[in-house]
Amino acid sequence: MTITVLLAAALLAYTMAFIAGLSKLSNSVLLRKVTSVYVEVFRGTSLIVQLFWLYYAIPMLFNIPLGSNWWIGVIAIGLNYGAYMSEVVRSSIVAVDEGQAEAATALNMSSFQRMRLVILPQAVRMMLPEFGNYTILMLKSTSLVSLIGLRDILYYGDIIRSTNASATPIVYTVVLVFYFILALPLIWLTRKGEKIAKKGATTT
Amino acid sequence: MTEPIVQYRDVCKSFGDVEVLKGINLTIDPAEKVAVIGPSGSGKTTIIRMLMTLEEPTSGDIIVDGVNLWKMEKNGKMVRANEKHLRQIRGDIGMVFQHFNLFPHMTILENCMVAPIHVKKENKEEVRERAIEMLERVGLEDHIDKYPSQLSGGQKQRVAMARAVVMRPKIMLFDEVTSALDPELVGEVLEVIRDLAQHEDMAMVLVTHEMDFALDIADRVLFLDNGVIAEEGTATEVIEHSQNERLQSFLSRFRA
Repeated sequence: MTITVLLAAALLAYTMAFIAGLSKLSNSVLLRKVTSVYVEVFRGTSLIVQLFWLYYAIPMLFNIPLGSNWWIGVIAIGLNYGAYMSEVVRSSIVAVDEGQAEAATALNMSSFQRMRLVILPQAVRMMLPEFGNYTILMLKSTSLVSLIGLRDILYYGDIIRSTNASATPIVYTVVLVFYFILALPLIWLTRKGEKIAKKGATTT
Repeated sequence: MTEPIVQYRDVCKSFGDVEVLKGINLTIDPAEKVAVIGPSGSGKTTIIRMLMTLEEPTSGDIIVDGVNLWKMEKNGKMVRANEKHLRQIRGDIGMVFQHFNLFPHMTILENCMVAPIHVKKENKEEVRERAIEMLERVGLEDHIDKYPSQLSGGQKQRVAMARAVVMRPKIMLFDEVTSALDPELVGEVLEVIRDLAQHEDMAMVLVTHEMDFALDIADRVLFLDNGVIAEEGTATEVIEHSQNERLQSFLSRFRA
């Protein structure tokens, strides 16, 4: 459960990050404003509150059930991290040397080609390490979904603990180890990402 | 008389409160090689950046092959050109930059192929052949699969020139292409420009500090000072016989 929530939430977060990151650089004032509201709301409030709000408040306020609690966990974590990561997307794009866009223009690329062929491939390399970090954070945030009744690692830990209080230390140690094991491939991927990023960062 | 390929009509450019160009009038014939010299800050680079559509003139017109570059007709009125209009004209113009601006995530060959394939939608194999041919011409056939970071400055600049020429522009702009190079690498880059000047029938505008080189290959030299063309003529006229005091003092700095 932890893994499926993480994968789905990460996918949503990456998508939101790119949509919001690119919107913030768009020429449309409206698009930039809307994006700012999204980013600031989700960055400015806590993830637990967002989770509870989606789980308890939305169905009561608007009478629309947002599907299962699995979906709510994914949406809350995905939107929350998407907001943070949109800043990574935006700043990486801005960090690509201006000469790159000029060279692309001189070769008569359209603005879309400029982004797709020249700017993004370089910006994505810069994003990789940060994206890795955020994904690890996201993994750890998935433990919050136990609070809305999802059966993740922490949820099972709590169940076992409640039936056998003396096992508390061992249970939480095992939970800790579980999270660490899950994080290992992510840590490894982040390292790898850093290497690729270095290669792409060499100027001109 | 041939139709000029480029005409500047009273072109002015300000950055904020600073007036960089104060009315440039200039005509360039097809295949003509023009060198632009002048003190730094005189607006040399701005002149060609406006032609490359990287900078919009504050006023005046730039006509490329009979078409107004920065203005277009809409409902019988002349309005500011949109991206589509600019793109139609921009295809005839190529530029080489002071800092090369190669794409670091592509190999040398890919750098030369990306625009013909994606922008001009040309056949990949044909482009590949042409790109390799061009890279041979600039002496880099052994490096086509390397990345720009593995090359010297002089080699990078030669790639940048190959990349621009593969697009077959009618006008090539060179923006101080040797200024960022170590002195011992300048020669190899100038050699390539000389080769292009002699064997290609495109118009060339060189913004340069290489006086002897400008004298050697340019049909016409412009001396830019205080935002105006202060002196123009054949290389010999301008560099050797001009009475313009500012030009003389400018040139004397290059003759140590």
